[in-house]
Amino acid sequence: MPHLTPEDWTAIALSLRIAVVATLVSLPFGIAIAMLLARAQFWGKSLIDAAVYLPLVLPPVVTGYLLLITLGRRAPVGAFLADHFGIVFSFRWTGAVISCGVMAFPLMVRAIRLSIEAIDGRLEEAAGTLGADRLWVFATITLPLMLPGIIAGMMLAFARALGEFGATITFVSNIPGETQTISAAIYTLTQVPGGDRAALSLVVVAICISLAALLASEWLARRASARIHGL
Amino acid sequence: MLVVDVEKTLGNFRLSARFAGETGATALFGPSGAGKTSLINMIAGLVRPDRGRITLDDDVLFDSATRVDLPAWRRRIGYVFQDGRLFPHLSVKHNLTYGRWMSGHRVDDADFTRVTELLDIGPLLGRRPGRLSGGERQRVAVGRALLMRPRLLLLDEPMASLDTRRKQEILPYLQRLRDDANVPIVYVSHDAAEVKALATRVVMLDSGRIVSAGGVDLL
Repeated sequence: MPHLTPEDWTAIALSLRIAVVATLVSLPFGIAIAMLLARAQFWGKSLIDAAVYLPLVLPPVVTGYLLLITLGRRAPVGAFLADHFGIVFSFRWTGAVISCGVMAFPLMVRAIRLSIEAIDGRLEEAAGTLGADRLWVFATITLPLMLPGIIAGMMLAFARALGEFGATITFVSNIPGETQTISAAIYTLTQVPGGDRAALSLVVVAICISLAALLASEWLARRASARIHGL
Repeated sequence: MLVVDVEKTLGNFRLSARFAGETGATALFGPSGAGKTSLINMIAGLVRPDRGRITLDDDVLFDSATRVDLPAWRRRIGYVFQDGRLFPHLSVKHNLTYGRWMSGHRVDDADFTRVTELLDIGPLLGRRPGRLSGGERQRVAVGRALLMRPRLLLLDEPMASLDTRRKQEILPYLQRLRDDANVPIVYVSHDAAEVKALATRVVMLDSGRIVSAGGVDLL
C-alpha cells in the first residue's frame, strides 16, 4: 500500500474533525426540527419541510454559493458576525463545518423524523398518567425510543460530511491545513499529472473510515433497536 | 369519592354520563362501543369532555363552567391500560418505580415489597417487558399504577388481551387489590362473569348513556 505523506495525515485529521464537529453541532437542531416536523401542526410547515430538504436536491455548488453570499466575510450575516462577535467562517475550518452540517442536515432530520413517527404515542400518554409532565415524557420516553433514528441520522450525517466536496470548496476553498479535507486533497492530487497514484492512499483511507463508521453504526443500531423493543 | 357528570360528542356518537364511584370497585359495564373507555379517559385527563364536571374527593379535576382542566400528570390517578403499555426500554423494576420517580419522591421500600408481593412480580424485576408473558405484563402494569400511590385506580379491561387460563391467573390478584390496597377502583369490562367476581357496584352503559346503576345483583 502506498504510504501517507504528512499532508495526507493533515487532510485526514481535518476531515475527521470537521465531520465529527458538524455531526455533533447539528444534532440538537436535527432533533428539534425532526420533532417539529413529526409532531407539530402549524402554518408554513410545508415551507420549513421544503427548506430543510433543499440541500439534498440543490447542486452542492449552489448551496456553497448561497453560504458564501450570506456568511462570507463581506456578506450581510457574515460581516455582522465578524464585526460584533469576531466570528469568521470564510476560509476557516469552521466554515467547512457549516457547509458539511448544512449538506448533511436533511439526511439527519429524515432519519430522526422516521423514528419519531414510529413511536407509539400511547406510551407517552401512559407516562403522563404516571405523573410525568411534557418535558419529562420527552426526556424519559420519547428521546430513548428515538435512539435508533438518532444513531442512523448521526451516521448518515457523518458519512455525508466526510464526503462533502462541492459546497465546501465553494464556500471555504481548498486550503491545506485549514479547509482541505480528504475529498479536496484527492481532487487536488488528481489535477497534477501522475497524481492519481499519490491519491490512491487517501482513497483507501476514505474507504476504511466509511466502512468503519458503517459497521459501528450497524452494531449500535442493532443494540438500540433490541432495547426499545423491550428485549 | 369520585363524581362524574360529563358530555362529549365524538362524530355521530354522543356520550352523556353521570355517576358516582365509591370505595371498593365500581364496574363500568356494557357492550363494546358503549363509551366505557372514553369515560375513564376523561377521568384520567386523556380525553377532554365538551361539558361537565369531574371531582375526586375535594379536588376539581375538570369543570367546564369554571374552565378547570387539570392535566393528566397532575391528577394522580393510576391507569392500567388494556394493552399494559409498559415502557419497552426500561426494566420491570424501572417501570414499577417510574411514577414515584416522576413525582420526585423516593421509592418506599416497604411499599415496593408489599406491591411486588401482592402481585407476585418479585422474580420479574430484572427482566425487560419484551420477555414477559401477557399475564405477567398486566400484573406489572397494575403494580406500576399502584406504586405511584394513586388516589383512584382505573382499569380498562385489564384481562381483555388474555386467554381464559391467564384470566384465571390474574383474577385473584385483582380481588386482592380490591380488598387490600385501599384505593377506590373503577373497572371497565364487557364480561359479566368478570364483573360479578370483582365489582362491588355496577354502572351499566349502553350507546353512550347510563341505563342503570346499583349492586352486582343487577347482572
